[in-house]
Amino acid sequence: MNIKNQDSYTETGMTLIVKTVTRLTVGLILVYGIYIVLHGHLSPGGGFAGGVIIALSFVHLMLAFGRDIALRKVSKNTVSILESIGALMFLSIAIAGFLGGVFFLNILDKGSPFRLFSAGTIPLSNIAIGLKVGVGLFAIFLTLVILEGSKR
Amino acid sequence: MANIVPFFTIIPLFTAFAISLLGRIFKNAFIHTLSIVSQFILLVLSLLSSVLLHRFVDGKILVYKIGGWIPPFGICMVLDGLSSFMLVTVNLLAFFVAIYSLNYMNKYTDKPKFFTLFFLMLTGMNGVIVTGDLFNLYVFLEIASIAGYALVAFGTEAEELEASFKYAVMGSVASAFIFIGIAFLYGFVSTLNMADMARILGTKTNQWVLPFVSALFFMGFGLKAALVPFHAWLPDAHPSAPASISAMLSGVLIKALGIYALARILFNIFGILPVYSKILMFLGALSMLVAVVLALSQWDLKRLLAYHSISQIGYIALGIGLGTPLGILGGLYHLFNHSIFKSLLFLNSGAIDYAINSRDLKDMSGLRERMPITYHTNLIASMSIAGIPPFNGFFSKLIIIIACIQSGYITYAIAAVVGSLLTLASFMKVQKFAFLGELKEKYRDAKEVPLAMQLSMVVLSIICITGGLLLLPSLRYFLDNAVNVLLDGSNYANRVLETALK
Repeated sequence: MNIKNQDSYTETGMTLIVKTVTRLTVGLILVYGIYIVLHGHLSPGGGFAGGVIIALSFVHLMLAFGRDIALRKVSKNTVSILESIGALMFLSIAIAGFLGGVFFLNILDKGSPFRLFSAGTIPLSNIAIGLKVGVGLFAIFLTLVILEGSKR
Repeated sequence: MANIVPFFTIIPLFTAFAISLLGRIFKNAFIHTLSIVSQFILLVLSLLSSVLLHRFVDGKILVYKIGGWIPPFGICMVLDGLSSFMLVTVNLLAFFVAIYSLNYMNKYTDKPKFFTLFFLMLTGMNGVIVTGDLFNLYVFLEIASIAGYALVAFGTEAEELEASFKYAVMGSVASAFIFIGIAFLYGFVSTLNMADMARILGTKTNQWVLPFVSALFFMGFGLKAALVPFHAWLPDAHPSAPASISAMLSGVLIKALGIYALARILFNIFGILPVYSKILMFLGALSMLVAVVLALSQWDLKRLLAYHSISQIGYIALGIGLGTPLGILGGLYHLFNHSIFKSLLFLNSGAIDYAINSRDLKDMSGLRERMPITYHTNLIASMSIAGIPPFNGFFSKLIIIIACIQSGYITYAIAAVVGSLLTLASFMKVQKFAFLGELKEKYRDAKEVPLAMQLSMVVLSIICITGGLLLLPSLRYFLDNAVNVLLDGSNYANRVLETALK
């Protein structure tokens, strides 16, 4: 996450202890979320669960360091563009099925079971869903935070 | 030919996210073109589906297997007479509302967000109509409802946010009832495919779960359709939305999510039992009378129209609840007609709001001179909703009343006539206070609305005048195919499953 050291000592956010622990764990949470998304076709989890974990890593960052520092990593605009891209990506994977004649058809090579590169379009769909859910959930949290901030 | 079926959800979904992604980069012209073009394609596809289904398809049913999986295992989409009837109604209206919104939404900021939500709502409605899977129906229903909650709050004034919150709470309660109902039904029949559900329910001798599940569905879909004991959210939610969205909500949303889904489940999955039709008819007659009496005393133009939506939904429920061929014909025909004239009335109220910035009937007067197009289209729509002979509302109400008498429900027939008279009274009030009388000094320079808004109002009023032609023998198939699907009852299962295996 590469959060600059002086951020730990700024006024916003929680105490130094929370900030330090967050700095150590937030990357792990993000990587775990990505793992859940990419491994979705083999183990429990998938696009939705992994997307939620990815969103939580950013929420975690925002809680510990305050709104402005988290927004420096992912801006409001990026979030809303990525969300639309996630949805369009999922739709294009579904439409790509028409290449084989049927909507939502799994057109790619299925590979052998339990391999990371297998199951055709399922991992791709998981990535699209993970993107959509991750930024979508973060966008909801962001909206609540911004509205709360504008009320003061 | 079944390949056209998934496009009813693909096109609006794609348009929604394309607008949300590209709308911030390109100018309004791009958003306008994209919305109108994709809405036009949807309209053409739905009209085409209705004609093709009648002319070229055996059994008048198309089943699309998503991903190539056969129905009890995969999700399927079903396009039969009733679906194509609803698709034409929804997309016809959405096309004109989209044209109207091009100008009307200049009153608000952030057009890209509006069109994104608009097309998401359309995705939900089209999805509910074409899907053949009960859980899929629930998902699409939620998409349409949540887009609806956001659109009601689009103005972000205190009153609109309150209405939207109320709508969201009531809508979520309804969705919860529907969800629990689906869960119990799934537990009982172990399948979610609607056709397969009907088939398995037919083989069970002890259907103990049905009364409980149907009570949940009556509450859930009754809330979505705003039948009377469940109507309290509608008079707040519908007037608070932008006028073009009020037209969509009152015109088609409550019918696609409420009446259509309820009728599909009661008739095609459960197979209509006398007790269900009695409940549906009673709720219909109650809505008809209670809502129209409440409407009489309203002074807010859009609130008055919202109460009339509840009352007219009552006619539709009464007609469909009768369960006779004539009754269902009347109910569905009234569904089509009501979606046309009620959305026209809401678009008129939006035009008045656009011109003079007021919705209060006491405040406006003599607008006939300044806004001739709005006045004339409003006159046509008012006479249609009140059931004056040459207009479309007359024919459908007449059929419903005749059907009531034919099946021996004289009380309901009288209630329908009384409801119609009270409707006439309250629309005479609208005419008198809004358009006739002295023009007030402050509205001396009120202008007629822009061309796109005029265009969609004029075309809708032409449909109001010519709507009666749908009963002509050469056009009757549009309604008859829909009626036959409901009359077919749980035979729907065999038709879907046989077509799917072909």
